[in-house]
Amino acid sequence: MTTAALLPLAAETPKINEAATAFMLVAASMVLLMTPGLALFYGGMTRAKSVLNMIMMSFGAMGVVGVIYILWGYSMSFGNLQDGSSDVGGVFANPFHLFGLSGLFGQDGTRLVDPFGVGVFIPETIYVGFQLTFAVITVALISGAIADRVKFGTWMVFAGIWVTLVYFPLAHMVWGGGLLSGAANGLSAKLFGATDGVANVLPIDFAGGTVVHINAGMAGLVLALLVGKRFGFGTQAMRPQNVPIVMLGAGLLWFGWFGFNAGSELAADGLASTVWLNTTAATCAAMLGWLVVERFRDGHATSVGAASGVVAGLVAITPACGALSPVGSLVLGVVAGALAALAVGLKYRLGYDDSLDVVGVHLVAGLWGTIGAGLLATSTGLFYGGGVKQLAIQTIIALVSVLISGVGTTVIGLALKATLGWRVSRDVESDGIDAAVHGETAYDISGVSGGRFGSGGAVPTTAHGAKTPEGATA
Amino acid sequence: MKLVTAIIKPHQLDAVKEALEAYGISGMTVSEASGYGRQRGHSEVYRGAEYTVDFVPKVRLEVLVDDIDASSVVDVILKTAQTGRIGDGKIWTVPVEDVVRVRTGEHGAEAL
Repeated sequence: MTTAALLPLAAETPKINEAATAFMLVAASMVLLMTPGLALFYGGMTRAKSVLNMIMMSFGAMGVVGVIYILWGYSMSFGNLQDGSSDVGGVFANPFHLFGLSGLFGQDGTRLVDPFGVGVFIPETIYVGFQLTFAVITVALISGAIADRVKFGTWMVFAGIWVTLVYFPLAHMVWGGGLLSGAANGLSAKLFGATDGVANVLPIDFAGGTVVHINAGMAGLVLALLVGKRFGFGTQAMRPQNVPIVMLGAGLLWFGWFGFNAGSELAADGLASTVWLNTTAATCAAMLGWLVVERFRDGHATSVGAASGVVAGLVAITPACGALSPVGSLVLGVVAGALAALAVGLKYRLGYDDSLDVVGVHLVAGLWGTIGAGLLATSTGLFYGGGVKQLAIQTIIALVSVLISGVGTTVIGLALKATLGWRVSRDVESDGIDAAVHGETAYDISGVSGGRFGSGGAVPTTAHGAKTPEGATA
Repeated sequence: MKLVTAIIKPHQLDAVKEALEAYGISGMTVSEASGYGRQRGHSEVYRGAEYTVDFVPKVRLEVLVDDIDASSVVDVILKTAQTGRIGDGKIWTVPVEDVVRVRTGEHGAEAL
């Protein structure tokens, strides 16, 4: 998704591009699969008593964000894409303009859209679907920062408010022709000038380094600070409960990410193919980068490190995948893996409990990928003789994203802290949030836990019965 | 009768079981256990954070034997489970008042 050049509908009837449409149907489905993949990636890293809650934070995001996206999310992010109607200060489009996707369906079925103005028309409905999956996973990503300790209801409310007030505006600013895009009213055009309504220096965020990863990473940092540490953080061993599940999750993320990155080209063409290769190049190199740091710092190359390196590489290449060469992607990737491996240790030194390293992986690798694109872009990057303008605009869009996400999340997080409250009770947290909040436990391996069907009877119900422990309301 | 309990390394279990069968022991109970002795635990590293894992996996093997077999059984387990390295485990023997076979109701040595 490079900057959308808005194209008024041509006089002649646009013709559907079937190849691109088929590709986008597959790509959107792959991106949707990333969220269950993330749920496993995160779920495997939590403690056994809270794995279901961790997974439910991702699935919950699918529910809330999916519904909201159809009602007002698309309208708020891309509502003015087709008709070029004005947005609100380049920040967001009118949420009621296409409320409930009204206007997408004419007499001839769904209308077609050509977001980049390159003559490749796909049904707008699958464009909505593709964008919906991005909103879902961005929210789900945040959950890793506040594992094991948050009321499920507060999380669900947060998901709805945050995606509306932070994600949709940022998506509009970067991809919907807003402030951080290359549009004539964008920051870049104001700083470096524009030609024919398009900025001279186009900000590069191909698939969501700013909108998805910097955004989610910063939100994770803010929430980790607001919600506070888990009891026992830094003193107790909090070992991942199931490392093979972490690896499976990382594999699903990698697979889905091809839909995420290559799909962001919105066409099955040469650039989409290069993006696929760049994505793989950076990810392989990042895994090695992480493992090398581990081997020399900790003495072992670990499985969790390999999975984390994979994700760090995928994050870093996300904004840059359409602008780099495969060799440039290797460089971007190996630095991303090494940087993130070093960054995950920060939380112990600085004392914030970003439980599953959303900051260390997504914020750090997202910042590096977005800013690194200014160094390594083959046409405009500093290392390729393109000067510093691209690097400057990349740094600006990265920092503006940090600012927007930081301020927005702080306001929403504080409001929820003062009203619904974030934390479950200490008893629930130490006994395990799964049984208390969801009425389930993840594993019954021994099969000797006893009990019987139903909640009534002479024997008083205990932990696994219907009675919810005090303070467990979510 | 005596109850011989041995805490051994999990990967020694098969060898010990075969040696006991060869000696003529017809049954045993095995359960997973975790714990530590002089060896203490070991350390694991996740994303650069080092955790000391105190309780390491062991197998608890329990054999009910007649009094005269007790010391031989201990010897059999000792010889098979011993690697000479730290963490090999422990064996102890305690007297048992009675044993009942649930299927038949037999008592004492008959029930072994």
